[in-house]
Amino acid sequence: MTEALIAALFVFVLASFIGFEVINKIPPTLHTPLMSGSNAISGIAVIGAIVAAGERNTNLSVFLGLIAVVLATVNVVGGFLVTDRMLQMFKKKEIKA
Amino acid sequence: MSDFLPTGIQLTYLVAASLFILGLKKLGSPATARNGNVIAAVGMLLAIVATMLDQHVLNYEMILLGLAIGSAIGAIAAYKVQMTEMPQMVGLLNGLGGLASALVAVAEFWRFLDTGSPVPLDINISMLLDVLIGGVTFTGSFLAFAKLQGLISGSPITFPLQQPFNLLLLGAYVAGSAYLVITPDSLPVFLAVVAVSLVLGVMFVIPIGGGDMPVVISLLNSLSGIAAAAAGFVVMNNMLIIAGALVGASGIILTEIMCKAMNRSLFSVLFSAFGSGGSSAAGGAAAGATDQTVHSIDPEEGAMMLGYARSVVIVPGYGMAVAQAQHSVRELADQLERMGVDVKYAIHPVAGRMPGHMNVLLAEANVPYTQLYDMEDINPQFEQADVALVIGANDVVNPAARSDSNSPIYGMPILEVDRAKHTIVIKRGMSAGFAGVDNELFYKDKTTMLFGSAKDMVSKLVSEVKQL
Repeated sequence: MTEALIAALFVFVLASFIGFEVINKIPPTLHTPLMSGSNAISGIAVIGAIVAAGERNTNLSVFLGLIAVVLATVNVVGGFLVTDRMLQMFKKKEIKA
Repeated sequence: MSDFLPTGIQLTYLVAASLFILGLKKLGSPATARNGNVIAAVGMLLAIVATMLDQHVLNYEMILLGLAIGSAIGAIAAYKVQMTEMPQMVGLLNGLGGLASALVAVAEFWRFLDTGSPVPLDINISMLLDVLIGGVTFTGSFLAFAKLQGLISGSPITFPLQQPFNLLLLGAYVAGSAYLVITPDSLPVFLAVVAVSLVLGVMFVIPIGGGDMPVVISLLNSLSGIAAAAAGFVVMNNMLIIAGALVGASGIILTEIMCKAMNRSLFSVLFSAFGSGGSSAAGGAAAGATDQTVHSIDPEEGAMMLGYARSVVIVPGYGMAVAQAQHSVRELADQLERMGVDVKYAIHPVAGRMPGHMNVLLAEANVPYTQLYDMEDINPQFEQADVALVIGANDVVNPAARSDSNSPIYGMPILEVDRAKHTIVIKRGMSAGFAGVDNELFYKDKTTMLFGSAKDMVSKLVSEVKQL
């Protein structure tokens, strides 16, 4: 089990570094879309929720998992769509300019 | 053959993680940003589909129903929301993500409790961290939402013994967690830890003022990612850990940018309510205000100054956004350009209530983004500008940040509108900005005030300019 934990820690730390590298130097114009886009990605919790709600059982943990599925999906879908809505406006402007 | 499916799922996760990284990278440039968002969304879809194929997931119908309900709510919210309400929307979505992550830990705890199987130490610690970070993200974000939406006062809320109380809460969390590490199946203690985490989120945001909201929203964004990563440690899923870490990193970068733009350390934003130490400075400025006069003009004069200028720099602030005046502002700019005036927009990094908010609002009003200038680019140009038109901005144009070392906003980088030949300020009245500081700009000889709501005044300016 500890081995799995160590591997997971490696993944976490390395992914954080990738995040810092990839996102550095973003123009202010894109701060809001970046934030709502990354916000949508944080809805990845939906996967954990699906696993938690996965059992064919009606107990409390499945129920909590299902609630988490709904909430995380709102986060994911709302986040990506609203980001697209914003970026669409930027794009329209580009053609015009 | 039995390995085929799990391996396939893991490989799909690898593809999805790569798509997230690629999408975030493309989000960094205006030309590719929209593509990047779509790529990240495809990554998410892949990850969800792969998870549904997991052999342990048997409860398809209910989960699909949950996904459908969530998608419908999310889609409606995304299309209904006004661009001015973007910070609230992001805050709300953040909170939901945090809550979902925390619920994963709670559900997992219940599963261990139900089956009676022993909880491994590392999973146990991950659950406790997930509950804390997810819980704080949830209540903190909802409180930020309430402040932004005006449901509760945006000013810092403080009470006696606040810090000792917070330390007590933190101590309670640590003690409860230590107890649970030794006796993992104690339901009352677990619930207490959950409750303490939720209260901590409230206590974290409640003393922070409206002016610091860009920092708070960025930080909560980061926390929602870290909460998802913590949930990943609970269910030992690399996909969650990678995506969570990426979001955590991006949130921290934005938090740092916002702090720098306000010349405040993250520590001072979080632990000292703005203005609480500046009462003497505010008092001094108010005393000074009585013997200084303000030059007020009417829209006709304002239109004349603008129409006969060679170059005008427009400085939009949150007041413009609240009044929904961005469309009138663009109309004014168009009209001035038709008359041969060179028009630029100066955007302060913390204009609005979240990073980059003002850019989005102006984009909505079809302002070409080639006309938008960042603070570093526009500041040297103010001296050549005939008129700086300040619309609903206050603290970000306060020269005290440059000159008055007693001012609470001293050292904050500002837009140097007072260097322009003339400054016109559109403002409702003489009230102080979010920082609660009086603005000496309004009393300068070169400054003229147009009192009224931003939308009203700008519309009047448009019609007056047309008559020139």
